[in-house]
Amino acid sequence: MPLPADKTDCENEPVRRQVPSLDVDPFSADYFENPLRVHHELREAGPVVWLGRYQCWAVARYTEVRSVLHDWRTFCSSRGVGIQDFAKEEPWRPRSPVLETDPPQHDGARAVLNRVLSPAVIKRVRQELSLVAERRIDELLQRRNIDAIADLAEAYPLSVFPDLVGMPKEGREHILPTASLNFNAFGPNNELRRAAFATAAPHMSWVMESCKSTNLAPDGFGSQIYAAAEAGEITTDEAALLVRTLFFAGVDTTVNAIGAAIYCLASFPTQWKKLHADPSLARNAFEEAVRYESPVQTFFRTTTQSTEITGAHLNEGEKVLMFLGAANRDPRHWERPDEFDIERRASGHFGFGGGIHMCVGQLLARLEGEVVLSALARRVSAISINGQPKRRHNNTLRGLATLPVTLHAA
Amino acid sequence: MPRIVYVQPDGARDECDVEAGINLMQAAAVHAIEGIVGECGGNCMCATCHVYVDPHQIDLLPARSEAEDALLDGVAAERRANSRLACQINMQPALDGLIVRLPDRQI
Ligand code: HEM
Ligand code: FES
Repeated sequence: MPLPADKTDCENEPVRRQVPSLDVDPFSADYFENPLRVHHELREAGPVVWLGRYQCWAVARYTEVRSVLHDWRTFCSSRGVGIQDFAKEEPWRPRSPVLETDPPQHDGARAVLNRVLSPAVIKRVRQELSLVAERRIDELLQRRNIDAIADLAEAYPLSVFPDLVGMPKEGREHILPTASLNFNAFGPNNELRRAAFATAAPHMSWVMESCKSTNLAPDGFGSQIYAAAEAGEITTDEAALLVRTLFFAGVDTTVNAIGAAIYCLASFPTQWKKLHADPSLARNAFEEAVRYESPVQTFFRTTTQSTEITGAHLNEGEKVLMFLGAANRDPRHWERPDEFDIERRASGHFGFGGGIHMCVGQLLARLEGEVVLSALARRVSAISINGQPKRRHNNTLRGLATLPVTLHAA
Repeated sequence: MPRIVYVQPDGARDECDVEAGINLMQAAAVHAIEGIVGECGGNCMCATCHVYVDPHQIDLLPARSEAEDALLDGVAAERRANSRLACQINMQPALDGLIVRLPDRQI
């Protein structure tokens, strides 16, 4: 769209003035406690919004988030999916061969992960994961009063995922702190990020050591990634970094998604009753929780050329922050967006991203979520919150630190 | 608008007029056809939009991509020679009258 003649006097600012700008901070404690008000402001301000505080663009509506996710040529990942621009700053760790690359580099690594985490593979582990979930719920029912985060949302993924990957048995207490560090690192250099880095060293050295092929169990996802390196599909260095990516991306995400699902079901008893009456709704209930709470809230892209989004002009080399959680509740796309409805058709949400970087672990995540909710639905008649839930603050992830509940046996 | 016939495992038929350009998973969602889940939203990543294309019409479709072929190995129901992923079939006038049968399960 051509600019009005009187606005072309200076290169950036006049264009920006046409675009609404907001002084919100999506990486602040207030925001983490309640992001919904900011999501609303961002969506209503316009299709594209300038965040002066971070000198970046923001998209929070369904259509614009979708366009950015689906146009990797213009909105690249290779300059980092956090606020840092890898063209200007060294990444804090060697970049991920999938998350932080564009085609063609992305393709080879992604093909390996697609195979390692394919529907056929996930089908094979269904029964085992389902049994583990049932055992866990039985155990928790004995105790009745539990912290649904530590005892279930964290404990369950930790009891299955590290073994699937073939991580060393020793030192697994490092998994959650490393994941939390990784997701905080996508954000600006705030207190959260600095605190995460201050304690990072022992966690990172455990991860780097554990990602070596000699430290991985022979039959897990990790070893299969190294097998792809032996077959010449990727390099050995890439294999190590892909295993690291699984360590970072595979646990905390699922933890927050399962936590969100339990929180929603405990908060909306009508929905819980539906699930209890028909446990086959478990999978869709999990999907709806991922839409509703969006455990992964945001990711960035960087423009590779000057471009336009719905009338706003963006220059080359600018960061665009995608509010996945806001798009997942955009009333322009969703009916009754703020209602948690386990029977809704939730597919099409961006909780797992979209386009070529859409979550490669989504099938495994759904399986974990489904079997946990299904075991709950069959064995528990009611979940009541019996204390104050507490939020956990993270620059990317949304979730709870604690959720004290009482489980009532069915 | 080209017409698509979705046939349920019990034989029930839904005939839908589908605008060109959208894919058969999206079309099923628009017309509230049961039996196509489409969890990944059409990104060719989940294999829950499996259909059996009428064997007489299979040649009307462009060949499968490698990604679609690999995913079909993981479909919940039996994979057959005429198995396709609905999200990978884009509607076009040449497909008018296409009949797709739904498997008994997607997950
Ligand atoms: C409910 C749990 C999960 C959520 C909400 C989630 C969310 C996401 C999102 C939003 C992206 C897109 C990133 C982008 O566009 O830049 C993504 C990518 C990714 N996820 Fe997940 N994820 C989950 C579970 C998992 C699991 C269990 C694994 C590993 C088995 C995993 C591995 C990955 C990887 C490797 C990528 C990068 C893919 C690529 O760039 O091609 N995720 N995830
Ligand atoms: S909708 Fe997921 S593969 Fe077709």
